[in-house]
Formats: sequence, C-alpha cells, structure tokens
Amino acid sequence: MKLTLDPQYEAFRAEVSQTLAKNAHLAPTADDKGYKNPKRLAWQKFLIENGLAARTIPKEYGGYGAEPDILKARIIAEEFARSGLPGPMAGQGISMFVPTLLELGTEAQKQAYIRPTIHGEMIWCQGYSEPGAGSDLAALRTSAVEDGDHYIINGSKIWTSTAKQADMIFCLVRTDPNAKKHEGITYITFPMSTPGIEVRPLVDMTGTANFNEVFFTDVRVPKSGVIFAPNKGWQVANATLTHERGMLGDPNATKARLLELIALMKTETVNGERLIDNPMLRDRLMKLQAEVYAMQANGLRITTSRLQGQPAGLAGLVVKLQGCDLNHEIARLAIDALGELGILYEEGEHLRSGGTWQWRYMYDLGLIIGGGTAQIQKNIIAERGLDMPREPKLAKA
Amino acid sequence: MEFALSEDQRMLQDSLKGVLNETASLDRIRKIAVGDAGEAAILDGALTEFGLAALMVPEAAGGLGLGALDACLVQEALGYNVAPSRFLATAVAAKALAGKADLLIASGEAKFALALTEVSSRRDGAGVELKGGKLSGKSLLAQSVDGATHILVADTAGAWHSVSAMDAGVTVMQTIDRTRTFHEVTLDGAEPLASVTPAAEVLALARLLVAADTLGAAQAMIDKAVAYAKERQQFGRVIGSFQAVKHMCAEMAAKLEPARALIWHAAHALDIADEEGPMMANLAKAHLAEVGTFVARTATEVHGGMGFTDLVGLHYWYKRIGVNRQLLGSPEQARQAAAELQGLVV
Repeated sequence: MKLTLDPQYEAFRAEVSQTLAKNAHLAPTADDKGYKNPKRLAWQKFLIENGLAARTIPKEYGGYGAEPDILKARIIAEEFARSGLPGPMAGQGISMFVPTLLELGTEAQKQAYIRPTIHGEMIWCQGYSEPGAGSDLAALRTSAVEDGDHYIINGSKIWTSTAKQADMIFCLVRTDPNAKKHEGITYITFPMSTPGIEVRPLVDMTGTANFNEVFFTDVRVPKSGVIFAPNKGWQVANATLTHERGMLGDPNATKARLLELIALMKTETVNGERLIDNPMLRDRLMKLQAEVYAMQANGLRITTSRLQGQPAGLAGLVVKLQGCDLNHEIARLAIDALGELGILYEEGEHLRSGGTWQWRYMYDLGLIIGGGTAQIQKNIIAERGLDMPREPKLAKA
Repeated sequence: MEFALSEDQRMLQDSLKGVLNETASLDRIRKIAVGDAGEAAILDGALTEFGLAALMVPEAAGGLGLGALDACLVQEALGYNVAPSRFLATAVAAKALAGKADLLIASGEAKFALALTEVSSRRDGAGVELKGGKLSGKSLLAQSVDGATHILVADTAGAWHSVSAMDAGVTVMQTIDRTRTFHEVTLDGAEPLASVTPAAEVLALARLLVAADTLGAAQAMIDKAVAYAKERQQFGRVIGSFQAVKHMCAEMAAKLEPARALIWHAAHALDIADEEGPMMANLAKAHLAEVGTFVARTATEVHGGMGFTDLVGLHYWYKRIGVNRQLLGSPEQARQAAAELQGLVV
C-alpha cells in the first residue's frame, strides 16, 4: 500500500497546475456556447499542444504524442477538477471513435479523421441502438446493400446523441442478412450531410432532447468508410463499447457531487435548522458517503491493476452498475433534503442549484439504463466475474 | 502509487486461510457452538501456534509490529471460517495499551477480553465507574472472556482500564451467534492494572476489525451461494442460469467488492495516521453492516429452503454477520461518529 506519488509525478502535477493557472484567461466560459465556438476550439488546441488533451494520440495524427501513463492521466484529470477550468473536449468521436480507429483503422482513415476530431473540428455521433435492438444490439436491422463501390443504407437508429451537430456518424449496419446475427454486421462511417438522412430530436423525461432518432432512406455511402472489414463490425463495436463503459461511473465525479450535496446541506435551512443538523438526513448522507469512499477506493484498486498490467476483475466489472446507481441516490437525497422546494424545476425565484438535482435524478436514470442496462451489467458481473452459466438460448421455433 | 496488498500481506492471509481450512471445519465449528471445550482448544491451539497474539504488538515489545491492514486481513480470514478467536480483543488491547502491557500480550501471558459495549450503549444499569481508584459496575456483551486473564474495560468517564479477570464476576449472555461467546462482566472494587484515555483511532480500529470479520463472513456466503447455484438443478437447468438467481449473486458481489476496497483504504489510513482514518473506519463499520446484512439475507435465499436448515449450516455466517452489525456500535452510531469526526455535527 502506497498512496503517495513519486517525486517525478509530484513535479508533473505542479507543472500541470501552473500551466492551467497561467492560462486560465484562455479558457472558454459558460457564455461560449456551441460545439465549434472559436474560443472552445482555441482552448482545445492549447490543451493538446501542452499535453493536457489528446495526450497519447501520436503526433502524426495531431495529438501530443506522449507515452501512455495512467498516473499522469489521473493527475491531469484531478488538476482540471481542482482548477474548475473546462477540461478537454470529450464526446463519442474523441472518447470512442478515435481509440477504435487507432486500434483498427487504415492509415488513410487515421490521417483523415483523427486530427480534426480531437481538435473539435469534426463532430461524430454513434449509430448503434435501434428501436428493435437495444440490449440485444446484435439484432440490429438497418441494412446496407452493396451497389458497386457503395452501400445503400435503409433503416433507423435511436439514442443518437449529438446527431444534430454531427459532421460524421460511425454506424453499425447489417451487410449480410443470411449470416448469424453477430457475423453479418459492418462498422461504417459516413457524413451526416449525405442525402436521405433525417434527424428527429427525441425529447426525454428531462424535457430536453438529449438524444435523437436518425432515419436512413436509400443513403448511398462509399465502401471506403468501412472500418476494419465488412461483416466484422461486431468485433469493432466491442472494442468501442469497452471505451464507453470506462466513461460511466467515474468515482471522482461522484465524489464531487457528494461534496456539492454536503455544501447544500450546510447552507440550506428549513424551519431555521440547517439540513445537515437533521439527524435523519445526516444519517442518509453518511450512508452515501460510505459508498462514495468505497467506490473511490475501488477505483484506486482498478488503477493499480492497470498499472501492473493485470485485469481488474470484479472490481472493474461493478463500476458502471454501482457508480450510476450511487449518482442517482445522491440526487435523490438532495431532492429529499430540499423537501417541497426540491420539486421546483427549470426556473423561478425559489429554485435551488438551478434545478440541477431534479435534472440529474432524471438524467442519471437514463445512464442507469443506457450504455448497458443495470440488468445487462448484472449478467456480465455474474457470468464474467462469478463464472455463472449463461442463460440457455431459446430453441428456434 | 500502489493500492494493493503486499506480497507479505498476501502470504499472511493465505497461510492463515490454510490453517483455518484444516482446523476450523464446519464440523468443528458446530461442536464448538454447543460448548465442546476440547474442540475449541484444538482450534485455539492452532491459532496460538500461528502466532496471532503477537501480530499487533510493536517489535520493541517482542511482537511483529504489524498494522491495521494486516489485522483486517487476519480478521477477514477468521470471519470467512466463522472461527472463534481472541485475535480482535488482543489486537485492540495491544493498540490501546501500547507500552503498558505489550510484553505480556506478545508472550501470550496476558489473554485479553474486551468489555467495551458501554462506549456506545449503556442500558439495564450497565456502566463501570472509577471511584477512589477502584472500578465497580457491570458491562454487557463482553467478548472473548472464556480463558481470559485480563479484561480491557471502559469506564463511564471515557478511560479504559486493564483489570485482572480474577477480579471479575462473569455470566454467559446467550446470543444468536454460537461461534463466539459473550458475557456480562461485573466488577466490585477491582484494581486497574493500567489505565489509558484512548484516542479515536483505538475504537476505530476495533470497529474496523468487526467490519473485516463481516467482510470475510459475507464473502464466504457469496462463495457458497454461487457454488450452490451452479450445482442445484430445477426445471431442468442449474438455477444459476436463471437471471433471477444470477442477479442476486451479481448484486451481492457488486456491493461487497467495493466494500473490500473501503476496508483496505480505512486500514491503510489508520496505519499512516491519516486524519481521515478514524472517520473512514467508522464509515466502513456502518457500510459493512449494511452490505453484510444484504448478503446474509440474499445468499440464504439463493439456497432456497436448504439455506434455512441447520443441515447446510449457513446460519452460522448469517448470525455472525447479524451480531457484528450491532457489536461495538450500531450502523447508526458508527455513522454518527463518522459525521462527528469530520465536523458535521455542531
């Protein structure tokens, strides 16, 4: 056990902290809205040039070109959190498509896409789920029929965030309807401006459209957009999903929310008594704090496993399930603590924390379902973590 | 940075597990539970030979000078086998009486019992008072009294004292958990042999060790439930292939695995005297009580009707976890302590 860092890392931390402090004036603010806002693009460029974003992406593709170093990545994330400055751009292009492309793309694809994507100049959306293919993703039916050196795509996708803003889509399509369901799928990329694509916003329970539906009618796209190989899309998608699950349930983000909740309970009063002084609410807070500390320690264990090149095992498999549930519970306590004022939403004189707790209590339920439902996570934990048998397949009628 | 057990720690736990697998079989635990002193002596002898008494005593006083994390690993292994042991009492006494009774503990000459229940809860007229240098009063649910030479007892003013077991009247208190014995201890003008005002770290260590015992017991229950679910057939399938059963197992593992990391972190924090250490130990006590209770119930349900029988013996783990939940402070009291330790209570 050793939770301190070697001097070289402490020096690195000081360097990161100074770089951020000295250049804080370059950072975009809440007023700099929009995906390609010049100030946001300039900030991202600055972060890449200083090794604070796209750190391990090779220089030839526009990244900083550093060796992967889990501790340095962790320090950078911690220093952004401490500084309160906006962090590197994320999103499905940067967090999911680029790692997949680095692993499985051709040289020409890497040259074409990685640089503009990591600089925020090319926005991506992900076309995976369909109305009839959710947890059973491999049942997807959007078809791609060969037409010379093109495919003609028909079908629809759902839960497509940023589809409105996206320049490009990475998409799973069925290229071989006669193959077994996992073997006839192709992972393909194409521009969202291609004729025949319609995007309809999907309003969710938060009252906003965080996702979209995307409809394809005779969309003609070049075969050069295929990643890896035709009919090998399932393997490619699995590489991508590994990157996605790592994004959900980050314990440091959960810790930050708990601290927000503690601050709220210390300042907010009801009948002249601070919420934190109510023993029942405080007891619930301590219950959640124990879980937050447990998830943080669990995160340290995973980081150590990765440093040692070992699989994280059960500790890794439980993060999405436990982390998303914990975020949801923190929002629930905040709402309960606010009591009747906790039901206010969106705007108004008495609204607390900008209505964010109600928004999270809804949005976080979406995250419990999305990215692999809680029930799918439990299957994974049981089958991969506890070596329990899979559900027998239904015999074909 | 390395958040993992050291090679030495893994060896310590593995070798103790080896001893327990040989000497703390369910068959023997059953006999001990109905008061078979001969069987209890065999297990006690094996654990004494392993050297548990000296583990937590500083090297200067003839011990091995191990820390809270090592102690948690030992207690976890004991909990896994629902083994009775004086280890928890010894470890807490060694920590509380550092520099006062070390040599006696390390040599095994002093075998300590704990009478600390009243630190958290006084009721039925319990409470020991120090008057004119003598201790009088009673303490409920004292641990490891059988065979003890000394008792570590808390007085009502917050000081802890070592007294000779010869000066105490003891009566058995029957709990649901027969793997360990509990006693009512009565003192009538007993002479304190040593007295200390314990820091928050000492009670924190005691509570953390109870949590570690639950960690081990809960892990054993999960292992048994998973093994049973992979073997038991109904409707022509092993029941572990049904999602209803599989999800129960996944939920248990999903709650317990991070709880293990919490115990490690709290123990390490105590070992490096991190100011958050006692707070984290109290959170761990409360958290393992909750997770342990969930696992105890769920693992029993996975076993169906068999889980309810004496034949399978799962109830020894269920009851051990049930006792640990209340022992040395309820989850609510531990959370209150955690809140106080971080200045959230004014």
